[in-house]
Amino acid sequence: MRLAAERIDWSVHGHKLLNDVSLRVAPGETFGLIGPNGSGKTTLLRVLAGLRKPRTGRVLVNDASMYAMRQRDIARIIAFVEQQAETLDRIVVREAVALGRTPFLSALQPWSEQDDAIVAQALANVGMAHLADRLWHTLSGGERQRVHIARALAQQPRILLLDEPTNHLDIRHQLSILSLVRQLSVTVVIALHDLNQAMECDRIGVMDGGRLVDVGPPSQVLTAERLRHTFGVHADFLDDPVDHRRIMRFRSAL
Amino acid sequence: MILRPVISTLALRPAIRIRWHWTWLTPLVLFMGIMAGTAIGETPIALDTILKVLANQLWGAGYAVDRIDAGIIWNYRLSRAILAACCGAGLALAGVVLQALLRNPLADPFLMGISAGASTGAVAVTIAGFGAGVVTLSLGAFAGAGLAFGLVVMLAHAASSGTGGGRSTQAAGAIILAGIAGSQLFNALTAFIIARSASAEQARGIMFWLMGNLSGVRWEDVTLGLPTAVAGLLVCLWYRRALDAFTFGADSAASLGIPVRRVRGILIASMALVTAVMVSMVGAIGFVGLVIPHAMRFLVGSRHTRLVPASALAGAVFLIAADILSRILVPGQVLPIGVVTALVGAPAFALILVRGTRTK
Repeated sequence: MRLAAERIDWSVHGHKLLNDVSLRVAPGETFGLIGPNGSGKTTLLRVLAGLRKPRTGRVLVNDASMYAMRQRDIARIIAFVEQQAETLDRIVVREAVALGRTPFLSALQPWSEQDDAIVAQALANVGMAHLADRLWHTLSGGERQRVHIARALAQQPRILLLDEPTNHLDIRHQLSILSLVRQLSVTVVIALHDLNQAMECDRIGVMDGGRLVDVGPPSQVLTAERLRHTFGVHADFLDDPVDHRRIMRFRSAL
Repeated sequence: MILRPVISTLALRPAIRIRWHWTWLTPLVLFMGIMAGTAIGETPIALDTILKVLANQLWGAGYAVDRIDAGIIWNYRLSRAILAACCGAGLALAGVVLQALLRNPLADPFLMGISAGASTGAVAVTIAGFGAGVVTLSLGAFAGAGLAFGLVVMLAHAASSGTGGGRSTQAAGAIILAGIAGSQLFNALTAFIIARSASAEQARGIMFWLMGNLSGVRWEDVTLGLPTAVAGLLVCLWYRRALDAFTFGADSAASLGIPVRRVRGILIASMALVTAVMVSMVGAIGFVGLVIPHAMRFLVGSRHTRLVPASALAGAVFLIAADILSRILVPGQVLPIGVVTALVGAPAFALILVRGTRTK
């Protein structure tokens, strides 16, 4: 599904966190959001997920304004993986993933075999099936992150928003989550810190000080000039001897 | 050790289907509780006498029963036991909902000052004398409860955002501090109203009622308390999946399709109403909303499809038991029921507090 943001402004206590951000993500596209800390990536994702309503501007889902939709209908289309959502409840992994079925169930509609199958599939997709009966508070940070992703998958979304999903993961799971995300035939907007991982996206957008300063294919956006200007680092570009793709190596600018 | 995984798969599976035996076990436990509440007391009454009186009253069976026994059973103990069950269920549900929505294990209508606010409202109505029927009393209590809840939440919010950072870890402490401040304020208001306008006779009655007292209960109270408890239970069951969706916080609930503001408003307003109705009839009984939900989470898990009915049942039985204890603990004297629930509740509160800091 197509996701678009039109001229979004968002400020908190007089601080402008998002400044006139417009964005169009095509159906099935994997769109990476990069930018330094505090550049507004998380805020933009929250607005796109419908968790925050901007004072000006709007979010469009397949050209229809999100603000005319019910929360439940939004949740049937868009799933959002936050950074570090925690709980003190004694729940097991499967229960946490089962929450993803919430938008499809109602007070009178019982849990079905099909819901069971969807949850099991989501757990398998993130490699957590063997931990389905573990209690939440016994999991490591990376395992928790994978459970959150599984919950989003159980929502069977057509648009998936991920806020730095690889943050707590070991390298193997970073790669497997990213390749899973790319394989999904859904529209993905993903905030990333690792710029080499961002190279794998179809397009990327660069956030800086609440503005979306550049959008385009990774190889065109991630130039030495851009990296110096926005991230304050010096970059050298190397050639990967295996697949001849570009690798970036960073140094402090001074 | 071997049992652990078995228990967790049996008790905590998300594909929760109410097992059939609960459909007869629940009414049975409730019935037995009410029978015990009716039978035990200063004059013990045999179970068959109770059943005869019940049969006489319900379908005019015409058994020969001692007049005085019949009076005690029907007009005094049975209504009292049923109302105790309603209050216990209602207060336990209020605890479940507050803990789920505020993401705070220590949330409870008593600790958060909602009961104190309800007391103030009810006392104000009693003294002002607006007819002082059960309904006007409840409305006054509801106004007080709503005011207290608003104040406490605002205060807690200001306290936790003022210190910055670590919202989730500080919120638990903030809400308790705000609850203490709110309780003190409303208790002081209550004391002020009593000192200012009540006669000595009124004051004595009110003070006894404030500590939690079921001795004046009549059928009239049951006709308000029972529908309130049932309605509260139905609201919680209707929103059971929404309550689950708050597991990872309000933002997570919103992204799962819950209209957070509306659901939170409906649930908190209805639980404030339930608390207010109960407090206006039996006074501020503490700790039920804290102890019962935690005990039930331990037994049936924290998914609300099970937790809500289990807490309602356990709350009902707990308060009947507390009422029985309050009557037999000191021979010849009835203790305020709040004293009994606090004897159980305060240690449980301490336990939750200690365990909570250890897991951080």
